[in-house]
Amino acid sequence: MSAPSVSIKLSYREALKQSLRDALKNDDRVFLMGEDVGRYGGAFAVSKGLLQEFGADRIMDVPLSESGFVGAGIGAALNGMRPIVEIMTVNFSLLAFDQIANNAATLLHMSGGQLNVPVVIRMSCGIGRQLAAQHSHSWEPLFAHIPGLKVLSIGTHEDARLMLLTALKEPDPVIIFEYTAMLNLEGEVPTDTISVDSIYAKVRRTGKDISIITYGAGVYKSLAAAAELAQIGVEAEVIDLRVLRPLDEKTIVASVTKTHRALLVEDACQSISVSSEVSARIMEKCFYELDAPVLRLCGVEVPIPYPKHLEDACIPQKEQIVTVAKKIVCHD
Amino acid sequence: MNTKITIENKTSPVDQETAKKLLYQMMFIRRFEEKSAELYTKEKIRGFLHLYVGEEAVAVGIMHALNPGDNLLCTYREHGQALVRGLDPGVIMAEMYGKQEGCCKGRGGSMHLFDVSRKFFGGNAIVAGHLPMAVGMALADKKMKNNQITCCFFGEGAVAEGEFHEAFNLASLWQVPILFVCENNLYAMGTAIRYSHAQTNLELKAAGYNISAGSVDGMDLLAVIQASQHAVEIIQQTGKPYFLVCNTYRFRAHSMFDAELYREKQEVEVWKKRDPIPAFSKLLLEHQLVTEQAIKELEKKIDMEIQQAVDFAEAGTWEPIDQLTNFVYSNSII
Ligand SMILES: Cc1ncc(C[n+]2csc(CCOP(=O)(O)OP(=O)(O)O)c2C)c(N)n1
Repeated sequence: MSAPSVSIKLSYREALKQSLRDALKNDDRVFLMGEDVGRYGGAFAVSKGLLQEFGADRIMDVPLSESGFVGAGIGAALNGMRPIVEIMTVNFSLLAFDQIANNAATLLHMSGGQLNVPVVIRMSCGIGRQLAAQHSHSWEPLFAHIPGLKVLSIGTHEDARLMLLTALKEPDPVIIFEYTAMLNLEGEVPTDTISVDSIYAKVRRTGKDISIITYGAGVYKSLAAAAELAQIGVEAEVIDLRVLRPLDEKTIVASVTKTHRALLVEDACQSISVSSEVSARIMEKCFYELDAPVLRLCGVEVPIPYPKHLEDACIPQKEQIVTVAKKIVCHD
Repeated sequence: MNTKITIENKTSPVDQETAKKLLYQMMFIRRFEEKSAELYTKEKIRGFLHLYVGEEAVAVGIMHALNPGDNLLCTYREHGQALVRGLDPGVIMAEMYGKQEGCCKGRGGSMHLFDVSRKFFGGNAIVAGHLPMAVGMALADKKMKNNQITCCFFGEGAVAEGEFHEAFNLASLWQVPILFVCENNLYAMGTAIRYSHAQTNLELKAAGYNISAGSVDGMDLLAVIQASQHAVEIIQQTGKPYFLVCNTYRFRAHSMFDAELYREKQEVEVWKKRDPIPAFSKLLLEHQLVTEQAIKELEKKIDMEIQQAVDFAEAGTWEPIDQLTNFVYSNSII
């Protein structure tokens, strides 16, 4: 994939919206369905204005019935459409989990290869807005556990602008995680939206001393930590996994083989996390390349509490990333 | 010859050839299921096996009113529908054996028969899980301005699930052309309908979603045909959903792991007196649409065809283990 040559500054929200607009323009079979995506403008204003532009047939408000409308999206995909289904936030996705895990993920296999389910299911997620336990889940690992799904995580503005368009070229069900904490952040996005046609893990910053492997909300945090580490002479490489299933083992192994050290960073709680899997792959594929044990900085094993200071303490912060990375590199 | 058969106050024009075909379909399902039970005890078929014995008039009657292009989604008790849809009995049997000559290369088994070329979308084993998908398929047809309808079968157990209610609301809200068929055989595994539904007249539930509904004696083939033709007509005219409850009974256990502790043998015997196959045969004999001799010949033909299906499955082959992870993903770009 060639690096986009020209870029402009957009908010993460605007980048997501432009990708939706492109998707709707590019293909008549595409439609967006979800709770409050139309008249309300999207719970986070991501689809604001699209109803006026594309009409109610293509921007469909649906009732509160996650299992029903996700299932309907799967059915429409089976029958020739290209639905983009929005689950307002990941926290409500368990009501549709049966449809995702038992239908979307299994039909290709169970039918002996006859049925494709080209549905894209987007959900916003992330922690940091003091919404307490029921509205602060990081369930990327839950979805990444399921064979048959492809699971994408949008950790940068570039991906906010482009990832959906690639996902829509997929014949298989794709889950996309978007991060509400980033919606207002501005960042660089490429103006060329045509050349992107494959998604692998991406090296967001190169370095030779340690690989910081992360995704989603961890990407900018890790990049900030890497910038700070650079000031004290530690050159960290930051890998944005982007695809949580299937994992891009090659990029991980290549980086660790170069830096000989790895720190894994994510918001989801540590046990049985994406980092658990990445760590295991490193042991299996390049153990002898390691100069230090692989360490993880993940979410604390606790339902997320409401007070800001406790909420912040639940997930890895930039300072911790710097401290732990230093510790790994300096063997102390 | 277009003979009108009249029972009580119902009339249904069925010509001789159609009458014979319908009888043949019901007899074929019955024989196929009995053979499957036998093969299960011989451990040729494994896993869960749910038989349709007693309920044949429902699948045969409903599907008589459908067109081949209509989408069909069923439960795990779907051999009958699959056979009527024209899936090859040998290919179905091979699937139940787990052989790669099966309709899903053996990966689904008895509960997961699929044939996309015949618009046969399962074989779905999560109770009520296919209802939302069925609504989505109908929605896609509406969006693409296709003329076909979607038909979705489920048991009365499914009617208690949330997905039933979500699907009904969506179907009505979006006004999509779908025929919901409840095969009310009075038991969800071992739970009788009176223990699971506060309202046991299931068709009344449709009113809450502004969906037209009807119910019919599911042991009476002609009544089912009449009711489903009426339903399909309404759907075609209005583009809206319709809910048809077919009151029926399964003569055999829920699956092969069922000691049937929850119902009296006497009750089963009473229902067996209403077996749809002898009832329809009798009717055809009375109207001289078939002869005893012709029925005997049908039986013979069916036995032979089922034997061929079993032979086909027996001769089938096991998929090599190195192909295990096929069909998890398509050739793709991520
Ligand atoms: C969601 C779900 N819960 C439980 C089961 C286990 N189960 C399989 S069949 C069945 C009974 C379903 O009864 P009904 O819907 O009336 O259909 P029938 O088997 O009588 O045709 C149950 C409880 C299941 N497969 N799916």
